[in-house]
Amino acid sequence: MSNGETALKHHHAHHFASADDEFEASKQGMWIFLVTEVLMFGGLFVAYGILKGLYPEMVHEAHKLLAVKMGAINTVVLITSSLTMALAVSSTQKGQRDRAIVYLVMTFLFACCFLVVKYFEYSAKFHHGLLPGANFTNEELKDPKSALFFSLYFMMTGLHGIHVLIGMGVIAWVLRRTIRGEFGPNFYTPVELVGFYWHFVDLVWIYLFPLLYLVG
Amino acid sequence: MAHQSAVAHTGDNYLNHSKGLMSWLTTLDHKRIGVMYLFSVLSFFLVGGVFALLIRLELYKSGVQIVDANAYNRFFTYHGAIMVFLVIIPSIPAALGNFILPIILGAKDVAFPRLNLLSYYIFMIGATFAVAALFLRGADTGWTFYTPYSIRTNTTVILVLTGAFIAGFSSILTGLNFIVTIHKLRAPGLSWSRLPLFCWALYATSIIQVLATPVLAITLLLLIMERLFHIGIFDPKLGGDPILFQHFFWFYSHPAVYIMILPAMGIISEVIPVFCRKPMFGYKAIAYSSFGIALIAFIVWGHHMFVSGQSELANFVFSLLTMFVAVPTGVKVFSWVGTMYKGSIHFYAPMLYVFGFLELFTIGGLTGVFLATLAIDVHLTQTYFVVAHFHYVMVGGTLMALMAGLHYWFPKMTGRMYPERPAQISFWLILIGFNVTFLPQFVLGAQGMPRRYWTYLPEFTFLNRMSTVGSWFIGLGFFYAAYYFYQGMRYGKKAGPNPWNALTLEWQTPSPPPHENFIETPVVTSWPYEYLPENITMQGNS
Repeated sequence: MSNGETALKHHHAHHFASADDEFEASKQGMWIFLVTEVLMFGGLFVAYGILKGLYPEMVHEAHKLLAVKMGAINTVVLITSSLTMALAVSSTQKGQRDRAIVYLVMTFLFACCFLVVKYFEYSAKFHHGLLPGANFTNEELKDPKSALFFSLYFMMTGLHGIHVLIGMGVIAWVLRRTIRGEFGPNFYTPVELVGFYWHFVDLVWIYLFPLLYLVG
Repeated sequence: MAHQSAVAHTGDNYLNHSKGLMSWLTTLDHKRIGVMYLFSVLSFFLVGGVFALLIRLELYKSGVQIVDANAYNRFFTYHGAIMVFLVIIPSIPAALGNFILPIILGAKDVAFPRLNLLSYYIFMIGATFAVAALFLRGADTGWTFYTPYSIRTNTTVILVLTGAFIAGFSSILTGLNFIVTIHKLRAPGLSWSRLPLFCWALYATSIIQVLATPVLAITLLLLIMERLFHIGIFDPKLGGDPILFQHFFWFYSHPAVYIMILPAMGIISEVIPVFCRKPMFGYKAIAYSSFGIALIAFIVWGHHMFVSGQSELANFVFSLLTMFVAVPTGVKVFSWVGTMYKGSIHFYAPMLYVFGFLELFTIGGLTGVFLATLAIDVHLTQTYFVVAHFHYVMVGGTLMALMAGLHYWFPKMTGRMYPERPAQISFWLILIGFNVTFLPQFVLGAQGMPRRYWTYLPEFTFLNRMSTVGSWFIGLGFFYAAYYFYQGMRYGKKAGPNPWNALTLEWQTPSPPPHENFIETPVVTSWPYEYLPENITMQGNS
């Protein structure tokens, strides 16, 4: 187990007074970024609330067609991935590089798993003509406005899915750098920030699941 | 600030530190990024300005002058979208802010220099999309993209939407960068209570950029999806709610108005104490009122929708809240006037533009209170009164302050003085031209001339003609400014580090500043507006 040469010798950028200052600044920047993400998803949540208020029966009937089991499995998958991500961060802080690698790989695989389940869910929806807006062809649902529910469903889970994909990208990036031994107790900013981001992605799903699949 | 840096000028500055086009395109230096933003923004200003002149030309007489109704719709859409998204929003924060903020804080750079360069490229990519629409079928929705028309029109509105969507991320990243920079990179001794007011203003602006712009992003994304896949959320035909679009849009776009005006107020607050040689009056009041404005910005969006079918109660509440905006704004204006009182006022171009700002912005702000009044708004909404009002705020406020800032910091950015006399002539051309253009529009609006029409009833001819002639003077003034700025850059006399004898940190380093801004990190020991009798003189620009 090694901390890696570069981790011990991490030089902070020239415009910061110390590596600590740089770390604090990076964390603050990430928090602010996450605030912007909250507001972006916030728009969709408001749209959901408004449409549910306008057409409560339609939303209730339409939501019954979502696969609660698959959603529940994905919820467990994502929560577990948040745990492995947190463990990856703490392993890096302690200088346990091999463990950190294992945890990052696990997080990455959980993310894959989430998207595979999502793929099966989406295919089933397409198959039954449960498409957003004007492309809606399902005949099971009587209310013609049911298409709106699926517009929201695909917009919300789709935007979240894109975030999962980006998450996989950045997890792979810190994994690669961890393997190269670039992080250790003295420098682990990217791992920590990717962790922040991943927990956020997880948290969005924690809201999406009950709102779409359970409450209806 | 009593600090005097050792001005051992070695001749190295940010302009000659490295050479060649690539050294600019890949630079991480906030000063160069600021300059690139400035040139980009000014180019878009030219494009948006030409459309403004074309609009006025079409309205010289009633009936067809140069274009028909469809082309006219595209013209005002371009003028609005370019001026709002590509000029006024990025002008002061991204261009002047990028250049000045780290120096005025005594820092070597912004907190995240690579993110800063990225945000410039994101901005340019967004701008490319928006401008590409010009060469295709254009866009004719107005800059507000109201649904359901924006869903149905067969123009290339999607490109403009994508452009604004992408450019928004640049605005978010700049805001994020500035907040962290102000928190983490202040020079030793530069406590919050000594922070220059330009920084306070940029801080409040950044908060709005970070909180409001993501909402625009999701709104535009939904509208793009609406056009691509007919998702129906804003489309009444599919059961969606077009008013929801207006709520979303104005939840961003009203705060965006303060993204435009707050940094302008920051510039005014820097220029006044320097050119009046007096300590800033009401420093804390000005600093905090920026946050008051930022807060109120988020709870007044409904005043754009008084006639859109909002409930009476919502109208009443939004009307009342809107009037509260006048309070922190008034606090600022009175503090500025209080600073001038018994000051030793130097009438150089930056200060002239401050006077221009005070005159025009006061008219713009007060007519805003008219429009916030429900009964009056029902009569004036969608008329030229509204057009005149927001041009007094946007041009009279933001552009006047931008010009004040450009003249004030020109010596710092270029190392040379701008020529004073042409600057004053240009100022008067712009100020008089502006009033001749837009004062008649208040009258036209009150008489009931609707906005966004390509022609008008014959009885409106005289005032419209006056307005068009005024627009030529504004155009002339700005073209002249471009010319003498170029002259100043090439042949102006050497400015020296501190031609205005100002106390903020950016003046305590050579002009143009060296690559890392300061030869040694400055230490701040006092308030930046401590103009005492012993430093009351000013070298100036004569």
